[in-house]
Amino acid sequence: MPEQSLWSMVIAVLLAGILTDNMVLSKFLGICPFLGVSKKLNTAFAMGMAVILVMLLATAVTYPIYVFLLIPAGLEYLQTIAFILVIAALVQMLEVVMKRFLPPLYKALGIYLPLITTNCAVLGITLLHFTNQRIIDFAAASGGYESGKVFLVCMANALGAGAGFLLSMILFAGVRARLENPTYLSFYKGYP
Amino acid sequence: MNDILIAVAIIGGIGLIGGILLAVISHFCDSGEENARLAEIRDALPGANCGACGYAGCDSYAEAVENGSAEPNLCAPGGKDAALKLSEILGVEIELTQKVARVNCNGCTDNAETKYNYFGLQSCKAAAALGGGMKSCDFACLGLGDCQNVCEFGAISVKDGVASVNEELCGGCGLCAKTCPKQVISIVTKKASAVVPCSNKQKGGVARKNCKVACIGCSACVRACEFGAITVENFLATVDTEKCTACGKCVAACPQKIISIVK
Repeated sequence: MPEQSLWSMVIAVLLAGILTDNMVLSKFLGICPFLGVSKKLNTAFAMGMAVILVMLLATAVTYPIYVFLLIPAGLEYLQTIAFILVIAALVQMLEVVMKRFLPPLYKALGIYLPLITTNCAVLGITLLHFTNQRIIDFAAASGGYESGKVFLVCMANALGAGAGFLLSMILFAGVRARLENPTYLSFYKGYP
Repeated sequence: MNDILIAVAIIGGIGLIGGILLAVISHFCDSGEENARLAEIRDALPGANCGACGYAGCDSYAEAVENGSAEPNLCAPGGKDAALKLSEILGVEIELTQKVARVNCNGCTDNAETKYNYFGLQSCKAAAALGGGMKSCDFACLGLGDCQNVCEFGAISVKDGVASVNEELCGGCGLCAKTCPKQVISIVTKKASAVVPCSNKQKGGVARKNCKVACIGCSACVRACEFGAITVENFLATVDTEKCTACGKCVAACPQKIISIVK
């Protein structure tokens, strides 16, 4: 595989996360919030934004834990448990801090944060960084997962996955909003 | 053996650090000082969560009162007592008004014509779905008691196919107005005034054919009113309770004899 520059990789991963590797539509992760909170456009949007935020934070925290703690100790098999633990604690912390310092943001996103504490899309993206073939190749070419470049690419991957989730939420919410309020002629109403 | 110990130590360590961080952060971020007054306000409210104040429930109304974005006199079920208590807690003067529900239809079985005989589910919502209900008038009270079932105060009763509100018992929460599929019930300020118990927006001739006590929109009451309190729009007279003095001139002028005075 030819050498790839950092920024072309970032953009490739970002676009792939939104479109071809879309969390909901291609990997079938995060279906529960996708079905649960997609009745209205504004709640779908808030949920999507919360997912983006949590995915970025979760990647930022779990990536170093995996690379600098679990791999050296030979405990790769513990990544699921460790990541759930870390993400759950992280989201709780985020909620408490947001409630105190950013009340408007807490009102907009707050109720969705506990919902995505252990959401499979959030856990999924943190795990998928280490199985995504494109990122593995890039890491091999640029000095392993310890490299800061790979971390940046993984953040782009998380942002792309979150944005892809937001996109599919909004599309689906748009369809559902149209189906909820159809207009039909008054003489059809009620008659079986 | 060593591997297991390392695994336990690492996972346990992550959990421990997370737990300690959570405890520390929540200790520093916990803001308990403003909640004493909020709790007091919430205790003063009846806790019916009826939504008459326009907020999602007693909790969110209490929050709005606490931060000053809502008036303390909006609680309908709590009425005077709750408003006085709230104003005491907040230390402000308030103006007292009370709301009641009013059924804008008098089309009982003797007065209103029927379109068909309805034998379905005894619910206004179901009947209204079937061609707009069994009464010929498209705006009529169907009298199957959806409002009666939803009323928390037992203030509504259905007699001869028309709902009526006992204003002594009514809390003015507006649940009945929200429930009524024909939107016949309105929430008004409790005050002595003239009342036009009709919702028909059709032309006079059509309205009269369907119901003996329909407002035909003739505007005789508008001409009789000295205070400009009555307006006719879409062939239907409506009374502005703020301007009405309950003098009774419109009652005498109405050719359909449908206007009455409510004390």
